[in-house]
Parts: sequence; C-alpha cells; structure tokens
Amino acid sequence: MPRIPIALIALGLLSVSPTLRLPAQSLRIPYQTFTLPNGLQVILHEDHSVPVVAVNTWFHVGSADEQPGRTGFAHLFEHIMFMGSEHVPTGEFDRQLEAAGADNNGSTTEDRTNYYEDGPANALALMLYLDSDRLGFLLPEITADKVDLQRGVVQNERRQSYENRPYGLAQENILQRLYPADHPYHWPVIGSMADLQAATIEDVRRFFQTYYTPNNATLAIAGDVTPGDARRLVERYFGDIPRGPAGTRPRPPAVQVPDGVNAVIEDRVQVPRVYDAWHTVKAFAPDDATLDVVANVLAGGRSSRLYRRLVYELQIATDVVAFQDGSRIDGKFEIYATARPGHALSELQMVIDEELKKLADQGPTVREVERAQNGFEAQFLSRMERVGGFGGKADQLNFYNYFVGTPDYFQRDLDRYHRVTQATVQQAVRTYLVAPHRVVLSVVPQWKPELGVKP
Amino acid sequence: MKAAVRWSGSRAVSSGLAGWVLATAAALLTAASPDRLTAQVVDRSKPPVLAPPPALKLPAVQTATLPNGLELTVVEMHKVPVVDVQVMVDAGAARDPADAPGLATFTAAMLQQGAGTRGALEVADEAAFLGAALNTSASFDRAVASVHVPKRRLEAALDLLADVVLRPTFADSEVNRQRELRGAQLVQQRDEPVAVASVAFPAIVFGAAHPYGHPLNGTDAATAALARPRVVDFYRGYYHPDGTRVLIVGDVNLAEARRLVAARFGAWERATVPAFPTAAAPAPAARAVYLIDKPGAAQSVIRIGHVGPPRSTPDWYALDVLNTILGGAFTSRLNQNLRETHGYTYGAFSQFAARRLSGAFVALASVVTAKTDSSLIEFLKELRRIRDEPVPAAELAKAKAYITLGLPGEFETTGGAAGQFRDLLAYGLPLDYYDHYIERINAITAEDVQRAARRYIDPDHFDIVVVGDKSQIEAGIKALNEGPIVYRDVWGQEIK
Repeated sequence: MPRIPIALIALGLLSVSPTLRLPAQSLRIPYQTFTLPNGLQVILHEDHSVPVVAVNTWFHVGSADEQPGRTGFAHLFEHIMFMGSEHVPTGEFDRQLEAAGADNNGSTTEDRTNYYEDGPANALALMLYLDSDRLGFLLPEITADKVDLQRGVVQNERRQSYENRPYGLAQENILQRLYPADHPYHWPVIGSMADLQAATIEDVRRFFQTYYTPNNATLAIAGDVTPGDARRLVERYFGDIPRGPAGTRPRPPAVQVPDGVNAVIEDRVQVPRVYDAWHTVKAFAPDDATLDVVANVLAGGRSSRLYRRLVYELQIATDVVAFQDGSRIDGKFEIYATARPGHALSELQMVIDEELKKLADQGPTVREVERAQNGFEAQFLSRMERVGGFGGKADQLNFYNYFVGTPDYFQRDLDRYHRVTQATVQQAVRTYLVAPHRVVLSVVPQWKPELGVKP
Repeated sequence: MKAAVRWSGSRAVSSGLAGWVLATAAALLTAASPDRLTAQVVDRSKPPVLAPPPALKLPAVQTATLPNGLELTVVEMHKVPVVDVQVMVDAGAARDPADAPGLATFTAAMLQQGAGTRGALEVADEAAFLGAALNTSASFDRAVASVHVPKRRLEAALDLLADVVLRPTFADSEVNRQRELRGAQLVQQRDEPVAVASVAFPAIVFGAAHPYGHPLNGTDAATAALARPRVVDFYRGYYHPDGTRVLIVGDVNLAEARRLVAARFGAWERATVPAFPTAAAPAPAARAVYLIDKPGAAQSVIRIGHVGPPRSTPDWYALDVLNTILGGAFTSRLNQNLRETHGYTYGAFSQFAARRLSGAFVALASVVTAKTDSSLIEFLKELRRIRDEPVPAAELAKAKAYITLGLPGEFETTGGAAGQFRDLLAYGLPLDYYDHYIERINAITAEDVQRAARRYIDPDHFDIVVVGDKSQIEAGIKALNEGPIVYRDVWGQEIK
C-alpha cells in the first residue's frame, strides 16, 4: 500500500469566528530532519507511490549576495557546478545520470540556488555521489576554459530569455528604479552582459569557498526510499566534506522609492505595454498572502476586475497580469497590461487607476475572496503530486525550511490564504498600492515615446 | 521569469500510455545501501554500482463505451485528491476550410465564451470559483476541452465542462470580441522571433496545400472574416460523440467516472463525423535557407528539418532512440556540440513531431547572431554524422536507459499521465502499448538507429529556416554554400 502523504481531515462546518473560514482539508508532508557534524542539514520525506526519488539541494546564496560589478555571478556559478569535479570528469555528471534514467537541473533566484536530480529509486546513491563530489571536490577542476564556456552559454541565456524577447528588458528596468543602487535587488538574477564578461576564475574560487559549504546548504530527499537508507547514503557521501567558514549576510539598506517614477523605454515591439510596480512586503510577512489575493482579484484570469475592464469590455488591451513577488528581504507588487494596436498606455493606466481606487474604496466581494482562496487551495493540492523537479515536494520542503524554518509548512501556508478577508484585501490595497510610491514603466515601440503613460 | 534556470529542455520520450503502479523496490534499495560503511573513507574513484532498477507493473487501463458511442478511458490515481478530465474531439485544425485557417482553434476558444446559461465571464468565474483549470484548445489533429480540479469539486466542474462542450452559445457579440482579440494577438506574435519561426517552419515544410501547412491560429485576413455562421458550422460538423474520447485520470474509479460522464454526456446525439483529411506528404524540395529578417535581433532562431513519418509508423521506437541520441536530452549530440562545446546557444534540440498524417523532423536552437553560420555548420555536421556513422555502443545504451528507466516519472502526476494517455488515444495506439514498450526500445540496435537516420533525416532536402538580423547573418550563410537563400515574410510566405 502506498503511503498517503496527505491526511484528509474533514472539519465539517464548524466555524470559530465569522471572519475565519476553516479549510476542508489538511495537508501534511511527514518528514525527518537531521544535521551532519559538518553542518549539512538534511530533510527526508517518504513517498512510495511511484518508484522514483528526488534529491534537491538549496545553497543559501543568490544574486542578492553578489558584489557590484559582478551581477549575474551566482547564476553563472550554478552553471559551472555542472562542469565536472575531481572524480567526475567534465560531461560525466549529466551522462551518468541519464544512463541511470535520471534528469537534473538547477536554478538561481535573488535568494538561493537550487539543484535537483530526479530518477528511478535505485539511482539515489549515484545522485548523492555526484552531488557530494561537486561540493567537496570542485575547486581543483575549475579552469578558465570552463568559465569561458559557461559564460558564453549564460550570455546566450540572457539573449534568449531577455534581450531577444519582446518586453524582455522591462523587469531589470523596474528593479533599477524600485531599489536603490546599493540594494541587492537592484539588479536582475541574470546579470548584465558586461559583468558576466568581467567574471574571473578567481571570482569563481572565492565564491565557491565562501558559499558552497555543507553548512550553507540544505539537502532534501523525497520519494521511494526509507529514511534509514537515505540517511546512510547521505552520511557516506557527505560525511567527510569539511565544514566551511560561517557565512554572514549584510543587512540590506532601506528602500525608499522616489515619488512618482514614470519612465519610458523603447523596444522592438509594435504595441506598447505598461508596468506598474510597488515596493511591498517580503515573503511570509503578514500582508504577503493578502497581496496574492489582491493580485487574483485584479487580474487572476478572465473573471478578474482588470481583465473584465481592459480586455473584455473596453477592448483596449490584449492581456493583463498582476502578482505579488515576496522574496527573502523584500517584496514587490506588479501589474502589467499590453495595449491593443491604436491604443496608448495612458488609456490603460487610467482604467487601472480607476479599478485600484474602487478596490481601495469598496473592497472586494465575498465571492471574489472565496474564489481566490479556492484557487490557491487547488494549487496547493496539485503541488502534492510530484516529488521532484522545480516545485515538487522536495523543493517545497526546502522552500519552507529556508523561508520559515519549518519544512512541513504546507497547511500553515494555505491557512494564510484562508485568513484573508474582504477587509484585509481592502486595507492592503490602501496601504501598498498607492500612486505616490509607484514606479510606472512604459515599454513602447521605437521612436514612439508618445504612446507611453503621460506624467 | 524570476529564476534563471540551467537549461530549458525537457524529456522527449515519445507519447504513450501508462499509469504505472510500479513494484516497490524496498528490497533492491536495501541491497544497494552501503551498510555500516559510514566511518570508512568513501571510494570516489568510480561511481557506485546501482541495484537493478525497480520493476514495472502496469495497471489495467479501464474503458467503457456509453450507449451513444462515447468512449471513456479511466486511469485511477489515488495519491492526491485531484482529477484530470480530457474530452478529445475530432475537430482539429487539419479540418480548417481552405478559406478559414484558424477556425478550429477559434471554435475551441469560443467554447468557453458563453455556454449553457452562463455568459463568457460567468464561465470563467465558475471555473475559478471551483479551483478548476479549464482549458479548450485545438492542435492540428484534435480539439481538447479539459479540467484539472480537486476531487471534491469534480461534479460541479463536470457540469461546467459539459456545458462548454455540448452547449456553447457562440453569441455574435462574443464571436466579435474574440475575433478582435485574436487579431491583436496576431500583431503581437510577429514581435516574438520564436513564435515567428514556429509559424513559418510548418508553412514552408508542408506548403499551403497540406492540411498542416497553414497557421494554427490563422492569418490576419482569415481572422478578420470570422463570424458566427462559420463557427457554428464547424462546431456542428465535428463536435459529436462519434470519434470523441473522454479520458479521466485521478482520484476516481471506473463506476463513478462512468456514472458522472453518462449523466452529462449520455444524451449527446450521435452524428457522422466526416473522415479526417488525407494528404500525401509534399514532394521534398532541394535544400534551401529560408531567411526571415528580424532587424536588431540578438539571436538567430534556427529550425532545420522536413516532413516526417506519421506517429503510427512502426519505426517510432527507433526514432525515439535516434532522437534521444541526436537532440532529445541534455547530453544529446546537438546540445553537447552547440552549447557545451561551443557556447553558441542556451540549448539545441531536435524532435520528431507526432502527427496523424505526416509528422515533421526538426532540429532547433536560438544562437548568438555572430555565430549563426558557425552554428549551421555544427548542426549540419551532426545531422550528417548520425547518418554516416554507426552509434557507439555506450551512447546507444545511455539513450535506451534514459528512455526506459525515466519512464515512470512521466506518469507521476495526473496531468502528466493524462498527457501521455491522451496522445496514445489520439494516435490510435493500443492501450497495452506500454506492456511492450520497454522491450521494443531495448531491442533497437545501432543498425536500426542508422537505418532510421538515413530514412528519416535527409540533409539534401532540409528546409533551413532562420529568423534573424539579415544584415548581420546573410553573408555568412551565403558563404556556407549549403543552398540558395530564399527570403520569406513572418508567415513563411514569399515576399511580394
């Protein structure tokens, strides 16, 4: 019998307070955790429903830890982690995993860098062998050629995902204006071409020695393996890697958005797009989930307020998106909408302003809040289906462990959304989404700045 | 995207059924575990010897047929209380009338714009309220209406899905609204080089006369002419239980699924659906480079290929292995060469597109503008080498292992499993396909791979499509001497 990782507890219709709706289900991801003498924290979760296993490692370093002049370095380093280590020649990391039927990938954000391997349950020893070799034995194998090669790959990633994509440079233009130059969220994770070009092999060595230590990492293993077997393998492969120096992360400077930023950039596009961005709150701060609900009410699908006005009724936009983006040390809220041909961004901005004012003045309907909560609950359930990959259970255990210090925070996270009310949504709009502290960025066709939002 | 990711490829194993319940491998794992060796120094000189992979145990895929001919397929997955429902209708874009390209995808989109007693926004509101992901879309081979929903809201979600499939309103006002929206989206599409390549490549490979040769989402002129009668005609012609398959994957059992579906789709009246169009693959043209100018582009988007075999070919197993070696995985030759050796790209891949009629072979990458010619040289080198030289044994073994051992992961989620089953049903492959899949893959030899490469990859007849900055790349491409340069517009059509 497969274990049932989600305990379903019917709570009936008991209501303890008129503003607090109880969830009908309870999510639980049983786990064990332990820490090796060298400081490596390990999280284990059993799920025998399919004979696959997922290994997911978070290093507590991201682009926010980069130095001026070296933006994009944390992500460039992530690429170098796949280029071979002392006992694993270049190319063998991927070849050995594929030959065992396993996949792998890595990703970098402002706050952390993660790596995963997914595959058949019998491949766990190989995954840990490979991961431990690049943690313990990477330095001697780093060469200028490897750095140069992955520098080229990453520069092409920047071209493919940002420069050669319509509106692709909007986000870095927003960050530049939302955060002061000395704030670590001032620059994008991908970094600048010039900084990527400037990175040296010495930078790589220093970065590895500072951040790629067992005491700066958390290893999650989920899937068809018993905790005892997993623990023995982890101890075997990671036990002899020495602890590194204790890391410190400096306190970021305070964020002060200059009043009324209104900027225009040109792009190779035929129709303009407007972005509104506000500095809000970091992940798991009291209003973080409320702002997720705000985003849902404003632009979550075709029944949302802004879609109805801009796309459906007025037909002056083709799309509209809103999201709260809470990170480790700060958060932002964004709305963007793309104009239809023949329409200028001031028309769109006027409607966005009207809808924000309406939501601030009157709050959302009961149904809007409940609809958003139901949507989040459904997403939480579907996130329970997979043990591996980005956003699988192993990755989520690491996520919660990193952000709130508790791997099995699934139900408590969902509870945050159930606690949102009409009043808190209204209050969040009034508090955060106010015009004086907003960055407005218009992305317009070349030589057509007149299509931008008028100051 | 917020995170920068190492690579953006994905596993390219062929479509197929499963719904595995695989034998638990506790015993094997124990055998693999290095008991009580913790204190000793680890031997890192070679990778650990792995225990045999877990054995596969295939569950029975359950089927039922309703009195009106509607065929139901059910795969039970009870780990998480969610259900994925797919209604596959034989109403794909290959059936678009010659004067109305894009009608099938437009009709599919219109299903959601008012149905039963609900208006367009009310359909969206109800789906959102149920926490249901409701999608209606069409590919060339079929239309699909689907919901992915928590189990406890399944009945209401099926009510909505039945309205959408059986009782779409197609109000004039909504048709006009969607037509205008699509017209605006077509303008935006031209700014996106990858989207341009995705429209131009099939237009060039298949040609306007073939059912797969027109743009899936239509042209400007055809979109402007869309009106209610065309949509209603298309719907009445093809949306019938005959040829429709309902696939349910998730936390349900067969009896329950049958009851739920019969209550909502049981009264759907039968009618004859016209036969799927047939068309011979177009005669292969001599190799040429089709250049679509994108001034100022930071990269060139490359597509190289030609028509391929239909999904039903018995050679599909060999093609699976061939493509995994060539361009289906991270360590495949194209990616190792263009990315990991030369750094010209963030990723280079290839695939054989699965289709009812002729499919297509395509090799693809986005490469830095200055290395467009060098990238084409490496592409062509690899595409010729796979034909000219037998695949070394280790490379063949790795590809076969990657396909067969990685298979269970494809069926871990309800959505993933539904995607695999959907393809199997769509291409008329047997429901026990995966009972023999692994042994068939394992039987493929180096000779089979080379034979398949020589038969299905034909460099003399490649259509090479490049979307990039002509002023920067034209001279280099010309100097390659790999065929004439032909200039095309963003639709892949001749420039008048």
